Amino acid sequence: MIEIDEELCKGCGICVDFCPLKVFETSDKINSRGYYPPLPVKEKDCVGCRLCELLCPEFSIIIINE
Amino acid sequence: MAEDADRKEVAEKRRHRLFKYLRKEVLPTAFCPGCGCGIVLNCYAHAVDELQLDPNDIVAVTGIGCSSWIPSPYFLGDTLHTTHGRPIPFATGVKVMQPDKTVVVIAGDGDLIGIGGNHLIHAARRNIDIKVFLVNNLIYGMTGGQLAPTTPLGISTTTSPHGNVEHPFEIAELVAAAGASYVARWTTYHVFPLMESMQKALTKKGFCFLEIRSQCPISYGRRVGQRTGSEALQEYKESSVRIEDAAEMSPEELEGKIIIGKLIEREKEEFTGNLRKLNVELRTKKTGRSPEEWSLS
Ligand SMILES: Cc1ncc(C[n+]2csc(CCOP(=O)(O)OP(=O)(O)O)c2C)c(N)n1
Ligand code: SF4
Ligand code: SF4
Ligand code: SF4
Ligand SMILES: [Mg+2]
Repeated sequence: MIEIDEELCKGCGICVDFCPLKVFETSDKINSRGYYPPLPVKEKDCVGCRLCELLCPEFSIIIINE
Repeated sequence: MAEDADRKEVAEKRRHRLFKYLRKEVLPTAFCPGCGCGIVLNCYAHAVDELQLDPNDIVAVTGIGCSSWIPSPYFLGDTLHTTHGRPIPFATGVKVMQPDKTVVVIAGDGDLIGIGGNHLIHAARRNIDIKVFLVNNLIYGMTGGQLAPTTPLGISTTTSPHGNVEHPFEIAELVAAAGASYVARWTTYHVFPLMESMQKALTKKGFCFLEIRSQCPISYGRRVGQRTGSEALQEYKESSVRIEDAAEMSPEELEGKIIIGKLIEREKEEFTGNLRKLNVELRTKKTGRSPEEWSLS
């Protein structure tokens, strides 16, 4: 399960670029700070590797595997 | 809807696990979008959590620069935010007087290798039991991109507008040669081994040093065609070579590569312990009383 705190996101795109399963796309809606957060459009494909969680510089993504 | 509420509840629980190590009221960070400092902070919080360390048992010491903001203000715990280049001397003082604390220094290349370089090599030589996480973004990031002693040859910066004519330090190698107990190099792309290495450093006795190659898209990246964090991470992914493989490669083949992995791990006598032992011996001799009859502090 992927939880995204859109308000913490700075729209750097790292999660979009480095998820090995290409789960994310960039949203076309901006958050209150003016950044475009990721959208987990292919959440079904997520294997729960947590790479996005650790690579996110803003603690914006949490992967819940249990 | 019910499922939605469940999701939120689980996320909240999970979120708390890391937020207990963070001053969440100051998030999102003040770092530029895509900055490596946030990734180092993230890995550090995960490492502390994996070890189930009590943040009250950690004293973080830092200097000046963007990287120095990683523990201060973001990490929730005792923190000394010291002057530029001086976190290691302050950390030494903390460790001498508070030997039970895990003392961690997180700071940048300008801070630890530039203005503070001498402290770094002598702390490694003395094998002081502190953990130093160097965030090496190859530049003075905070002040707008001046040449650092880590900037590669040829790069133009605000203080080398026609290209850098100096050679950079190979800092992990230098610290290993100076006498540290544990030295490793990773990048902000290698989050899992970096996190493991942080755990190793936090639990091993002696001077433990991690060089973390990290991106500064704003003050460095834009000068080398890497305007985003992702472009730097892509380079780290493609140009990194495991130290075991590097041993088989020629200097020409290693040109432009980042050698990652553990450089050294050894058992050595440690400075603050030796200092205490000597103190006890001399005091026992002088007073004629056993250490149980007086306390050191
Ligand atoms: C004694 C002193 N000299 C110079 C400065 C200006 N200064 C502030 S941050 C910095 C460089 C920081 O570089 P680094 O440690 O690599 O941190 P980064 O911002 O790159 O993460 C300098 C020179 C200062 N604050 N104090
Ligand atoms: S956990 Fe792994 S597979 Fe799932 S979204 Fe994150 S990076 Fe992609
Ligand atoms: S890595 Fe984090 S900050 Fe960057 S776009 Fe993804 S969620 Fe946002
Ligand atoms: S200037 Fe560079 S190091 Fe400082 S926050 Fe911005 S990207 Fe990060
Ligand atoms: Mg720097």
